[in-house]
Amino acid sequence: MDATPGQPAIDPPLLFVTFSQISLSGFGGTLPWAYRMLVERKAWLTQREFAETLALGQLLPGPNVCNMAAMIGYRYAGYRGAFAALAGLIVWPFLIMIVTAILYQRYGELPLVQQALSGMSAVAAGLVLSTGIKMASGMRRHWRPWLFAALSFAAIGLLRWPLLAVVGALAPVAVFVSWWSRR
Amino acid sequence: MDRSDTWSMFLHFSLLSFMAIGGVSAVLPDMQRYVVEANHWMSAKQFADAYALGQAAPGPNMMFVTLVGYQVGGLIGAVATTVALTVPPFIFTLAITRFTANNADAPLAVAIRRGLAPVTIGLMLASGWVLLRSTDHDWRSLLLTLVTVAVVTQTRYSPLWLIALGAGLGIAGVV
Repeated sequence: MDATPGQPAIDPPLLFVTFSQISLSGFGGTLPWAYRMLVERKAWLTQREFAETLALGQLLPGPNVCNMAAMIGYRYAGYRGAFAALAGLIVWPFLIMIVTAILYQRYGELPLVQQALSGMSAVAAGLVLSTGIKMASGMRRHWRPWLFAALSFAAIGLLRWPLLAVVGALAPVAVFVSWWSRR
Repeated sequence: MDRSDTWSMFLHFSLLSFMAIGGVSAVLPDMQRYVVEANHWMSAKQFADAYALGQAAPGPNMMFVTLVGYQVGGLIGAVATTVALTVPPFIFTLAITRFTANNADAPLAVAIRRGLAPVTIGLMLASGWVLLRSTDHDWRSLLLTLVTVAVVTQTRYSPLWLIALGAGLGIAGVV
């Protein structure tokens, strides 16, 4: 997990800047941008580490990407790193949302803005799908992980069952099978 | 809306943050019930608009709670909802991380990470699928989504250009 030689040390200021970049690029959700930055550009995490960190972030309560920021920040630079990563992720969108709120209260809904949003959301759907596809391509070539990925996709995406029930039922089984198959 | 309302909203959202397993969208229905139906601080339409704007603006999708907080209680309300949803889970996550960092290679910790990763990947694909179903109304926007998938999985171009393209096509009335 150490940075490769030649890369700058991963300290709180760098974590703040990196997560600010992720946050400010994150139109339609930050996860695709987190993947792009942390796995593809900075190579701080492998595909599998990203999926594993995200899985833990989803298991814990709270916004997934904030939990990831806390875990990654802590791993590289302790409590200060965790706080720097979270701050980078939250501060800029907070200011943007305040400006958005003021504009929204003053101008309401412009048809032009609505049209732009519909085009942007079609792209956003593609970004989320692409991230899922890329993460899936890092999975082991074995039927077991693919079965669990297919089950959670079907239950949430196709059947639209409640998330808590699905994860509550699927997660223990997935962990047990993973633990049992290791021996 | 006075200070005690802001305080109760802060407490309610803090409580919800601990139930937001799998992401903030898990507690979205209850947030809506609290601010719209129970307290009438904003209309259902305003809540839906806040959510849509939160999706479009840069940053984590959960930042729509900042907009909800601002609508309800101004700047203090915005700080209240944002802090309520991020800080308690942050502290909890750090506590768990500190524990697991010392036991990262324990067989159970490895099994938890390995076992849950595929479930998460399935959820990610499901989110994309649900977004696709809720945003795409015809073949042109579906095509735009598929082109996005092709470009993002096959090339290293910044997706920001695709977002800009989507906005442009939307304004031009193409999608």
